[in-house]
Amino acid sequence: MSDTKRGSSNRPIGLAIVGVVFALVAGACSGAGGGGGAAGSTTITMAAVDNPQMADLKTLLPNFESAHPNIKVNIVTLPEDQLRQQVTTDVAAKSGRFDLFTEGTYEVPIWAKLGWIENLSPYIAKDSSYAPEDLIAGIKGALTYNGNLYAVPFYGESSMLMYRKDLLSAVGVTMPDHPTWDQVAAAAKAVNSSSVNGICLRGLPGWGEQLAPLDTVVNTFGGRWFDQNWNATLTTPAWHDAVTFYVNLLKNAGEPGAGNAGFTECLNAYNSGKVAMWYDATVAASNFTGAAATNSGYAYAPTKLTPYSGWLWSWALGIPSTSTKKDAAWTFIDWATNKDYIKLVGTKLGWAHVPPGTRTSTYAIPEYQAAAGAFAAVTVDSIAHADVTHSTVDPVPYIGVQYVDIPEFQQLGDQVSQEFAKVIAGGQTVDQALQKAQALAAAVGKTYQH
Amino acid sequence: MSSVASSGGVRVQTAASVARRDGWLRRLPLLPAFVYVVIVTQIPFALTIYYSFFSWNLLKPGSFKFIGLDNYANLVSDESIRTAIWNTVVLTVSVIGISVVLGLAVAALLNSEVFGKGLMRTLMIAPFLIMPTAGALIWKDTLLNPLFGLLPHLLSPFGLSRVDWVNQFPMATVVTVEVWRWTPFMMLIILAGLQSQNPEILEAARVDGATAFQAFRRITLPLVRPFLELGALLGSLFVVQTFDSIYMLTYGGPGQDTTNVPFLLYLVAFQGFSIGQASAIGVVAVILTTIVATIGLRTLFSIFQVEPRR
Repeated sequence: MSDTKRGSSNRPIGLAIVGVVFALVAGACSGAGGGGGAAGSTTITMAAVDNPQMADLKTLLPNFESAHPNIKVNIVTLPEDQLRQQVTTDVAAKSGRFDLFTEGTYEVPIWAKLGWIENLSPYIAKDSSYAPEDLIAGIKGALTYNGNLYAVPFYGESSMLMYRKDLLSAVGVTMPDHPTWDQVAAAAKAVNSSSVNGICLRGLPGWGEQLAPLDTVVNTFGGRWFDQNWNATLTTPAWHDAVTFYVNLLKNAGEPGAGNAGFTECLNAYNSGKVAMWYDATVAASNFTGAAATNSGYAYAPTKLTPYSGWLWSWALGIPSTSTKKDAAWTFIDWATNKDYIKLVGTKLGWAHVPPGTRTSTYAIPEYQAAAGAFAAVTVDSIAHADVTHSTVDPVPYIGVQYVDIPEFQQLGDQVSQEFAKVIAGGQTVDQALQKAQALAAAVGKTYQH
Repeated sequence: MSSVASSGGVRVQTAASVARRDGWLRRLPLLPAFVYVVIVTQIPFALTIYYSFFSWNLLKPGSFKFIGLDNYANLVSDESIRTAIWNTVVLTVSVIGISVVLGLAVAALLNSEVFGKGLMRTLMIAPFLIMPTAGALIWKDTLLNPLFGLLPHLLSPFGLSRVDWVNQFPMATVVTVEVWRWTPFMMLIILAGLQSQNPEILEAARVDGATAFQAFRRITLPLVRPFLELGALLGSLFVVQTFDSIYMLTYGGPGQDTTNVPFLLYLVAFQGFSIGQASAIGVVAVILTTIVATIGLRTLFSIFQVEPRR
């Protein structure tokens, strides 16, 4: 009885609360509807990978906006893995959040095939000063689909061996320009001591981390992910030998904690003189300081069966097909990737800041040659010789040097590199890891067999 | 008999309908919140169940097709989900077990009269207030890195300078970091229990000749037991979902050694972009956690029912 009374007396209060809640919800909704662009100008949104060259682009943005007052550029900078996720979901779900983005050589052919990104060749044809023939051949090939460029390079890299000349000569080792992996392993063993490790190689799991250098080793040892009929071939002797070689080199003369060592960790180790050699991206050399900067020698990616073994990667700029501001986006891409931009970076920020590996003409600039020094020639030549269609000894049904250009590879590569990381940590044998990797790769390969 | 029953029935019916109307009047203010909860939790869940019956890879347009229970069949045959469930169990049980014991020890210490108690309590809470991601990064890079880390440096006289803790002992590392994070939480809850203890009882025990350990064992421990259980339950609900520290420390590896269910879900959904498969894992995870939570909550309520009896 008393309950009933209390209930009815509470009713107005209850209704009042409902009213307040609805008012709040309505207010929140109307707030979300606000906003919009300023009249007369176009705002384009760019997703950019977080690297020094992109930071420079952001610094130089006022130069673009003063030359093109009707275009405003909103750059969203993200770390590599975040960028890949956000951009992939954006293009896959066709949400149209970005008008242009940085994408790698891995994404461009896949997305071009799916029609997710614009063919840029018609845009390039409209600008007579763009000089597409000046783009370095290897990179250009990697960004081409069906004879058309679907993205233009902003940055390009291959891989090379960097070594401390002073440390190697102290133990009587001279590194040839084109070393073999056996020579590198012998040199690493010779120089390895309690204070300095022989070589730094990436062990950090991830298809873009550990697998990048390891894949080039596999390639030059004659291994391939799939045969021409998409049968996984990870239990072949070539794979066994390559992975065993890599793991043993790390164990005998590599950096401690290899399982956590990626590009950054190796750079720190090399700069602080804790390792004598380092096989990694060509861009690494532009970050050297101290003795590493003055005493380093540069050699081509070590080989075994193939004449060259460098990888190929580029951060390129592309336009999603969902963008409604494609012309404005292209105007910005044109500005950021043509010869004048290279000169602008060189004069405004210093020639060491110039994005490497995109245009042949960059390497003819005397100021750049002086700044890039000894590694410029190895860089441009390695990029030119990297062939994304013939990365190993035998023919393969896929493209890509240090990756397999299929959508499933991100997950497959990550899982396989995790198994190798377990080998490096001593948790399993090479053959156990390869058995698991083979099963994972076989499941992926099956979807490509008809 | 029958007439009494029927007249009683009518009376009961009227009272029941009044009670029902009354009940709805009381529920009415709660309705907006209820509707909101349904919208933000149940609709996504229903969609997840729906997607779990489809083969759908975001990277493959046109791959969206109904495949019935195939995603679930894959889970049964796939070793990775079993490994992930096992890792989740190992992680949760060891983190909760160790942090409850440590939390009890620290709480007992802070409950006694020690110098600098206030400062110590503040410092002890700190790990819980640091963002999990930042905490994990500090552990990984500043403390455990074999080249630059503090711990290998301190252990170098013992010949342990080159131990790669994160990769050689991945699960132990994740457990350590999580224990470091959850011990303060346990400590706070247990300390609240300890401070509700009447010191006169302990004094009486001492007068009766009980040693400090006996008094703790027979008097204090039974008193704080409900607090231990509460801490363990709340803690395990969170530890089951551990993601940040695994992402930062080990990325689920090496191999699959530290991949728990939330991390596996992340890998399938955001590395593989297999929405259908990820949805199936999500559904299974929800079912499993519901079972655990139901058992847990029953225990929790039984704790509160015991309370008045004390």
